[in-house]
Amino acid sequence: MFGINYFWLKVAGTMLLLYVVVAGFLMEVPELPVIRQSIRNIYFHVGMWFAMMFIMMVSLVYSIRYLRYFRLDDDLRAVTAVKTGLVFGSLGIVTGMIWAHNTWGQFWVNDPKLNGAAVGMLTYFAYMLLRVSVEGEDRRARLAAVYNVFAFVLFFVFIMILPRMAESSIHPGIGGNPALSAGDLDPSMRIVFFPAIAAWFIMAWWLFSVYYRINRLADNLKELEENELV
Amino acid sequence: MVNFILMRSLIQEGRYMALKEVVLEWRQLSAFSGILLYLISTVFVCYLSFERVITVNTWNSLFWIILLFASLNAVLKSFIQERQGRLLYLYTISSAEAVISAKMIYNAVLMGLLSIIGLAIFIAFMGNPIANMGLFLLNMLLGVAGFSSVMSMVSALASKATNNFTLMGVLSFPLVLPLLLVLMRVSSAAISGSSISDQAGNILVLLLITGITFVLSNVLFPYIWRE
Repeated sequence: MFGINYFWLKVAGTMLLLYVVVAGFLMEVPELPVIRQSIRNIYFHVGMWFAMMFIMMVSLVYSIRYLRYFRLDDDLRAVTAVKTGLVFGSLGIVTGMIWAHNTWGQFWVNDPKLNGAAVGMLTYFAYMLLRVSVEGEDRRARLAAVYNVFAFVLFFVFIMILPRMAESSIHPGIGGNPALSAGDLDPSMRIVFFPAIAAWFIMAWWLFSVYYRINRLADNLKELEENELV
Repeated sequence: MVNFILMRSLIQEGRYMALKEVVLEWRQLSAFSGILLYLISTVFVCYLSFERVITVNTWNSLFWIILLFASLNAVLKSFIQERQGRLLYLYTISSAEAVISAKMIYNAVLMGLLSIIGLAIFIAFMGNPIANMGLFLLNMLLGVAGFSSVMSMVSALASKATNNFTLMGVLSFPLVLPLLLVLMRVSSAAISGSSISDQAGNILVLLLITGITFVLSNVLFPYIWRE
């Protein structure tokens, strides 16, 4: 699954990301009040969050698979995906905070979308804490998988329902605030935005697979050392 | 037909389990009196420290924070403070679904009672700004039912880990935060006198979250239960 066959995908991902960085900073963007040039952040902030959601879903799939077949390998993949997702989530929060400071004047505002983001990050940090406080590989894997599924569903309900119920939001995407639906994005930005999303997805997947292989090797090495074979 | 019989026996089992919890609690009254005292002391601390600065919004937030921590303490007991021997005994005589459903229902009922008493104490000390008491009570009971269902499941998880008291809080707060936000919105609406039909959407969300938690716990709990 993680073999050399994905070589061209990785090349494509790298090229796309290079294109996004260059074009994202150099190409013409519509001149809008308040947001002005900081609109270019959309290629990075939004892409990182999408990549995080994608990789968290990967983790959910592996957790469910663990609960089905009880293979420790699936658990290793699930936790690796969560760690990768946390990296992208943190990057997304940092880019978001810089953006918020430039356009709204504050690093953090009380808003349904931002609360959702904070809850999501807290949930996954709690997941990591749960893992370190359980002894025994199988038990740790099982409890972590259960929490992952439980938390993901509740988190999903939260970010799907609550913002839509809120009367208003400063963050795009809800409460009549334009966002990513078909006509909202200027055509000149679409030719960078869509490649950006694809690039971040590929990057997230690549990072996840490399990280998984490192973790697997470390596990194997530990096992060999325990059996005094090296 | 077979499914129907299975379903019925499961419901019956769950009922006996819940009954067993109630009987045990009634004999000792330890959790009940413990949480009651906890509520009284917290309210008194708030009374002393917030005496001059209380506004309707502070009243609302304080009330929910107190209820949140009281629920946490009450639900902690369900798996973490249960003796290992008793858990083993339950394991041999009943199904996992019956155990978790019974714990959830029992905790919801216990917290429902405690929250009503807690509200009375809170009003006695901090005054009563509530305009629509019916809506407030409905919202509060749904809220503690939601708290107890999420926390019962988390308590089962945390009971298998070390440092489980810290873990209980850390694992459950992100999960109950969505619930808390809706609850506080509805209760501040109830305070300013909005009607139940105005808040029907929010009430539906509360029911939905609690329902999802209930179903999800029934699916996932067997994985924690068997070892």
